[in-house]
Amino acid sequence: MSGQTFAQKALARAAGLDAVEVGQVVDARPDIVLSHDNTAAIRRIWQEFGQERVLIPERIAITLDHAVPAPTTKHAQNHAEIRRFVQEQGIRHFFEVGRGICHQVLSEEALVLPGQLILGADSHTTHYGWLGAFGAGIGRSEVATLWATGELWLRVPESMKIVLEGDLPPGVTAKDFALRVIGDLGADGGLYMSVEFHGSGIEAMSLESRMVLPNMMAEFGAKNAWVAPDERTVAYLERGLRQRMEIGDWRLGEGTQSPISNLHSLLPDPDAQYAAVHHYRAADLEPYVACPHSVDNVVPLSAVAGTRVQQAFLGTCTNGRLEDLAAAAAIIRGKQVAPGVRFLVIPASSEVLKAALERGYIQEFVEAGAVIGVPGCGPCMGNHMGIPAPGEVTISSANRNFRGRMGTADSEIYLANPAVVAASAVAGSIADPQDVIA
Amino acid sequence: MHITSRAWKYGDNINTDVIFPGKYTYTVTERAEIARHALEDLDPTFAANAQPGDVIVGGRNFGCGSSREQAATCLVYNGVGAVVAASFSRIFYRNALNNGLLAIACPAAAEAIQPGEMVTVDTERHVIRCAGGEFVFPPLSASVMGIVQAGGLVAYVKRKLAAA
Ligand code: SF4
Repeated sequence: MSGQTFAQKALARAAGLDAVEVGQVVDARPDIVLSHDNTAAIRRIWQEFGQERVLIPERIAITLDHAVPAPTTKHAQNHAEIRRFVQEQGIRHFFEVGRGICHQVLSEEALVLPGQLILGADSHTTHYGWLGAFGAGIGRSEVATLWATGELWLRVPESMKIVLEGDLPPGVTAKDFALRVIGDLGADGGLYMSVEFHGSGIEAMSLESRMVLPNMMAEFGAKNAWVAPDERTVAYLERGLRQRMEIGDWRLGEGTQSPISNLHSLLPDPDAQYAAVHHYRAADLEPYVACPHSVDNVVPLSAVAGTRVQQAFLGTCTNGRLEDLAAAAAIIRGKQVAPGVRFLVIPASSEVLKAALERGYIQEFVEAGAVIGVPGCGPCMGNHMGIPAPGEVTISSANRNFRGRMGTADSEIYLANPAVVAASAVAGSIADPQDVIA
Repeated sequence: MHITSRAWKYGDNINTDVIFPGKYTYTVTERAEIARHALEDLDPTFAANAQPGDVIVGGRNFGCGSSREQAATCLVYNGVGAVVAASFSRIFYRNALNNGLLAIACPAAAEAIQPGEMVTVDTERHVIRCAGGEFVFPPLSASVMGIVQAGGLVAYVKRKLAAA
């Protein structure tokens, strides 16, 4: 038998099989099932099954993050319904308003470990590939089904290998690399695929930069994406596990798997079969911007520099972490947001907010005239906290720029890395950070 | 299954935000209201004029973007009989089938079908017919077809749980 890809190994494990073939449909049992503000709607579907209790409450994780704190009475009712459900079902992995964005929070809490399977009612569940797990987005009926039965059919996907060699040049980030890949191969370039990242460029990246890659692969059509976990990944997870041990979490009792024990068994084999392999040299990359209204409408930053913006948004599960805030703070330090521009800064989680406070970034943002938001999704999907007016242009560190994404169809969204977002806030138009610092 | 109805044709990369805007996902819960917002930012004439059985035709990567299931149910609630596209985003594809909505990947048919013309989808013979010709598509796996025929995943699982 030829070598196995990560997807083959992870889905074989989740289905309790020795090995699986590409194209095989398996009944997989996820380690964690994620939902967020959509939990109330999922509960209404689940009720149709007539069950009193969900099958395995320990495998359910729920965050309130998409529209928090509740912007309207209806949103508040939605949250209240979710809290009642969590209480009734004894769901312990529940994270309240202000804790942060689901993917960031579950990572910080070490609720997903290398090699595990997480399925979530959120398209960016691909995110967990950063720690060597298999994460895939599913629909609401599917989450309801998992609550009831613990298993769901999945097709074992083909795999694509993307290799990055060398160190990224200064000012070029993982976001730029992801945009370049999507720009080159299209928004459906990785359709149905398991995308594996390999190469010295990935190994050299900070963990927070690695997180960007599988997250962005949702915009590439991928089913999941994967980065090899290493000692740094393990150290990160152990910190989260230790914190949960202090609060007496169930997982650290009997049957706890060390993240290290899973690590080596689920690495792809050197002779695994790939449907496609793409090579990139880090030295060839530069900062990129995705233009309206599609994430594959990618151009070099220089091609759109000077485009007027009314709003700059730094945040989201893609680029709302400490290193992103640090990069932006370095640009804005001692400067002011341009007149006529709102600069929204929304940390991805309360942990990120706390660290940014300790390091003085929040002070610097506020002094520069930025607006600080509650950890969560903010205006990413157009619920609240920064909806653009018709005709306005936003530059954002998010992952998606579809028409109407931020709540207003007649407005434009450009996607870029955090430093470019901050530089644009200062300049009042899309700007190269080099030109703002100079 | 055998559907003959009018085609609504759109382009490549039709995303879930234009099929069902994100701003409604936690607050709009009634069937009729979900139906009313279908394709609102893509084709504002659609919801008012859709007829039961109508076929949506898209290009590549239909339904890309969010996992929101309303992108499929808003079409179901408008009576849409099938979606034919050159390719589908995987979550939309699952959501469609899981709600009993036929999603058929057939690049040749997706290209040939003209806006507004009558189209026939025949799942027994696995063909799509339009003025431009007859196009064969690969059959769905038996288990997935079972979900569609049960009327969707929830109905299917209900039956399974009852039998257990
Ligand atoms: S930040 Fe945006 S992309 Fe990320 S989970 Fe929230 S809404 Fe989705």
